[in-house]
Amino acid sequence: MAEPALSIRGLTKVYGNDFHALKGIDLNVPQGDFFALLGPNGAGKSTTLGIVCSLVNKTAGQVKVFGVDIDTNFSLAKYHLGVVPQEFNFNQFEKVYDIVLTQAGYYGMPMREARPRARQLLEDLGLWDKRDNVARMLSGGMKRRLMIARALIHRPKLLILDEPTAGVDIELRRSMWEYMRRINREEGTTIILTTHYLEEAENLCRNIAIINHGEIVKNTTMRELLAELDTETFILDVSGPVEALPDIEGLERVAHDDSQLQLSVKKGQRLNDVFKALNDAHVDVVSMRNRANRLEELFVNLVAEQNQAGEIRS
Amino acid sequence: MSMRQIWVAFFTIVTKEIRRFMRIWPQTLLPPSITMTMYFIIFGNLIGARVGEMDGVPYIDYIVPGLIMMSVITNSYSNVASSFFSNKFQRSVEEMVVSPMPDWVILLGFIVGGVARGLAVGAIVTGVSLFFTDVQVHHPFLTMLVVLMTAVLFSIGGFINSLLAKKFDDISIVPIFVLTPLTYLGGVFYSIHTLPEIWQNISMINPILYMVNTFRYGILGVSDINAGGAIAAISMFIVVFYILALWLLKRGQGIRS
Repeated sequence: MAEPALSIRGLTKVYGNDFHALKGIDLNVPQGDFFALLGPNGAGKSTTLGIVCSLVNKTAGQVKVFGVDIDTNFSLAKYHLGVVPQEFNFNQFEKVYDIVLTQAGYYGMPMREARPRARQLLEDLGLWDKRDNVARMLSGGMKRRLMIARALIHRPKLLILDEPTAGVDIELRRSMWEYMRRINREEGTTIILTTHYLEEAENLCRNIAIINHGEIVKNTTMRELLAELDTETFILDVSGPVEALPDIEGLERVAHDDSQLQLSVKKGQRLNDVFKALNDAHVDVVSMRNRANRLEELFVNLVAEQNQAGEIRS
Repeated sequence: MSMRQIWVAFFTIVTKEIRRFMRIWPQTLLPPSITMTMYFIIFGNLIGARVGEMDGVPYIDYIVPGLIMMSVITNSYSNVASSFFSNKFQRSVEEMVVSPMPDWVILLGFIVGGVARGLAVGAIVTGVSLFFTDVQVHHPFLTMLVVLMTAVLFSIGGFINSLLAKKFDDISIVPIFVLTPLTYLGGVFYSIHTLPEIWQNISMINPILYMVNTFRYGILGVSDINAGGAIAAISMFIVVFYILALWLLKRGQGIRS
C-alpha cells in the first residue's frame, strides 16, 4: 500500500504559556487526496500545518510526509511540500516574478528550469502581466494567487493551503477552486485545505477532519459526514401567498415573506410525498434551494456538541 | 538536497543580498563615503595637521586603516542585521524556513552578503582616502585576510542580533551601545600607547583593537599588538559566533514558535 501523503501520530504542541494547542492528534491523508482540515479559530489547524512545514516546533509526536519522518530527514520531507500560509509572507517590496524565482532558488532549481515554470504558473494564475509589479501593489486576491504560484514552483507532491481564499471575491474564489481541482486531478498533487468557507470544503474535498480544542473530533469521508445529516432544510419559492398551509411535517411559513415556505425534510421522508401533498393543496412551487450549507450545519453541531461535552467534563 | 541544489540555493541568497544593498545604495553605500570624507577632512587634514605624527606616521595615514576598518565592521554587521530582521518582520523568512535548504546554507548566504557589503564599503572608503593621502600596503595578504575575517565575524554578529531581535530598535542597540564605543576606543584614532597604563591594559580586552591594529599593521607596518595572536583570536571568535548562530537558527530562535 502506498505511503500516505501525510501521516501524523500523537502530535502534541504545548506553547510556552502552558496552552495545549494540540493534544496528541492522529491524522492520515492518502496520496492524491483533496483533504479538508476544518475547525473554529484557535482549534489547532494552523499549528498542525505549521509543524508539518517546520514553522512551528512540535512538543511530541511523529510526522511523516510521503513516508519521510521530519525528525530524520526534514530536508527531503520539505522538498515534497508546497505551503500557502494564511498570512502574506513575502517581501512586499520585491517584484512578483522575483519572489517566485527566488523561491525556486531556495529549492535548488536552476534558473533555466525555474523561469519557464514561473511563467507558466503566473500565466495560469493570471499574474503574468503583473510580473514586474512589486508585491505590495497587488490586490488581496492577487497576493493569494502569488503565494500559490510560489508554493507550486518546485512541483510539490503535497500542497498545503491554509485559508487560501480568505477575503477573495466569489468569482475569483471559484476560479481558484477550478485551478486547485485541476492540479489535484491532472498533476496528482495531494492537497490539504483549511478554510472557513465550508461550501468550499464541501465542493472540493473528498475527505475531512474536524479539529476542535486541539483534538480531532471527526475524521471521515465528505460523503459519510454529509450522510449524517438527519434533517435537511429547504426554502421553497411559491408563486403567491399561501392561504392555508397544508398539513405536511416540517413545513412552515417564513416570517416576513409570503412567497417563501421552509421545509425540513427528515432522513427517510420522501420528497415525492411532500410535493404530492403540496400539489393537492394547490401550492405552486416555483423553485427550491438549500436553506444553509449542509456542511456548515454539521460543523456547527459537531463543534457545539464538543464544546458542551467539554463544559460538562470541566 | 544534492550539492548542486545546495549551491543554487546558496547562490540565490547571496545574489539576493548583494542586489538588495546595491538597489538601496543611497542608504547603504553613499552614507559611509560621505561620513568618511568628513572624517578625512576634519580629523585627517584640519586637526591631523596639528597632531603631527602617531607611532611615527602622519596622522592622516594613521587613521585611514582605522576608518576603513570601522566602515567594514559597521556595514557588515548592519547589512545582515537589518536584512535578516526585515525578512523576519515581513515573514518572508518563512520562504527559507519551509524550503529544504540546510540551516548552514542560510547562515553562510547571509554572511557572504554581509561580507560583500563590508568589503564594498571598505573599497569605497579606501578610494575616498586616496584623495587625501597615498595608501601603500606593506603586507597585502595579511591586510586582506584580516579585513575578510573581520567582515565575516561581524556579519555573523549581525545575524545573531537579528535572530534575537524582536523589534527594529533591537537591531540598533548593539551598533550604538556596543560597536561604536568599542570601535572608537579600539585604536581607530589613536595609539593605545598614548593612554595611561591602566587604560592601555583595559583597552587590551577590546577585540576590535586587535582587528584595527592588525589591519593597520598590514597597511602601515606599525601596530600596538602582535598580528599572529590577533588572527588566532579573531578565528576563535568566528568559530564561537558561527556555532552560536547555527544553534540559534536550528532551534528556530525568533523564527519558529
